[in-house]
Amino acid sequence: MARSGTAKRVTRTATVLEKIPIRLTVNGSQMELTVAPWTTLLDALRDHLDLTGTKKGCDHGQCGACTVLVDGRRINSCLTLAVMKEGAEITTIEGLMRDGELHPLQQAFIDHDAFQCGYCTSGQICSAAGLIAEGKAKTADEIRELMSGNICRCGAYPNIVAAILQAMERS
Amino acid sequence: MIPFQYARANDVADAIKQIATDPSAKFIAGGTNLIDLIKYDVEGPARLIDISHLPLRSVEPTATGGILIGAMVPNTDLAYHPLIEERYPLLARAILSGASQQLRNMASTGGNLLQRTRCFYFYDTATPCNKRQPGSGCSAIDGVNRINAILGTSEACIATHPSDMCVALAALEATVHVTGPAGARTIAFADFH
Repeated sequence: MARSGTAKRVTRTATVLEKIPIRLTVNGSQMELTVAPWTTLLDALRDHLDLTGTKKGCDHGQCGACTVLVDGRRINSCLTLAVMKEGAEITTIEGLMRDGELHPLQQAFIDHDAFQCGYCTSGQICSAAGLIAEGKAKTADEIRELMSGNICRCGAYPNIVAAILQAMERS
Repeated sequence: MIPFQYARANDVADAIKQIATDPSAKFIAGGTNLIDLIKYDVEGPARLIDISHLPLRSVEPTATGGILIGAMVPNTDLAYHPLIEERYPLLARAILSGASQQLRNMASTGGNLLQRTRCFYFYDTATPCNKRQPGSGCSAIDGVNRINAILGTSEACIATHPSDMCVALAALEATVHVTGPAGARTIAFADFH
């Protein structure tokens, strides 16, 4: 006998599959896409818009690899439904450069060698951009506390904090 | 993720109407807890009603000397609100001691109150859990229960509510204002959960 959960899911799939057209401003460009309601913003960026700079780490909001800016605020795109962000302005790691110049945070991460494998880096940099915009962190300790949503399993934390301090001083 | 339908609520009355007519639907605001639970197969709503755009985002002083907080105020906005920082630093600090800045930017005040326990067995659909499936038993009582409650437990469940914000609101003797098909009412915070 099929488990009740499985049976329920079959019915649901048969009746509900309509996709929804949405408009997003991604890195300054107007994008129109059609997504299933359960498509996360992360999957919409990576699979629908081919913006693969944003990474899927844990997919449960714990690691921060998927961090992007929505209307200027940092959020976990893995726990965000794309349909709920209709009309929003999204900035990903691909959109931080200005006039062919690296964003001060991107440059600072290179200057301080603030990564090893690099998988968490897009999320770290987008999160740090949000942190600087918030203006709540002034000291290294406050940076560490307010960057706690971004995990680096290579352990590049000291260099990440140094890079953010450098970018904060220059912004 | 499992498939579900999506609808946006236009106003509070519309949200109540939509949820009252569809028992398989759930409200979604910040999504930080619900989307996670859907991914783990703990929740399986057939329809999500998006209440994140409802105009419930103000933090205002009341005539009686309190502060009225909208259900859709993001956790970060509440913690950093001048009125909260000045008059209720306990609440501000409690909010900032939980989760991460990304999650606090997404999570709503109402959703913080209504989030589910982080008990390992509530999340593990292969094990019995009275909270997830009433009557199935509690795996935590004789299981890995270091994160569970010491005080205020029962034979049916030893889960804790995960919210730091709620502890502060209980200590501050807050009142929860709710609206449903039968109209509006208030609930003392300690009686809410």
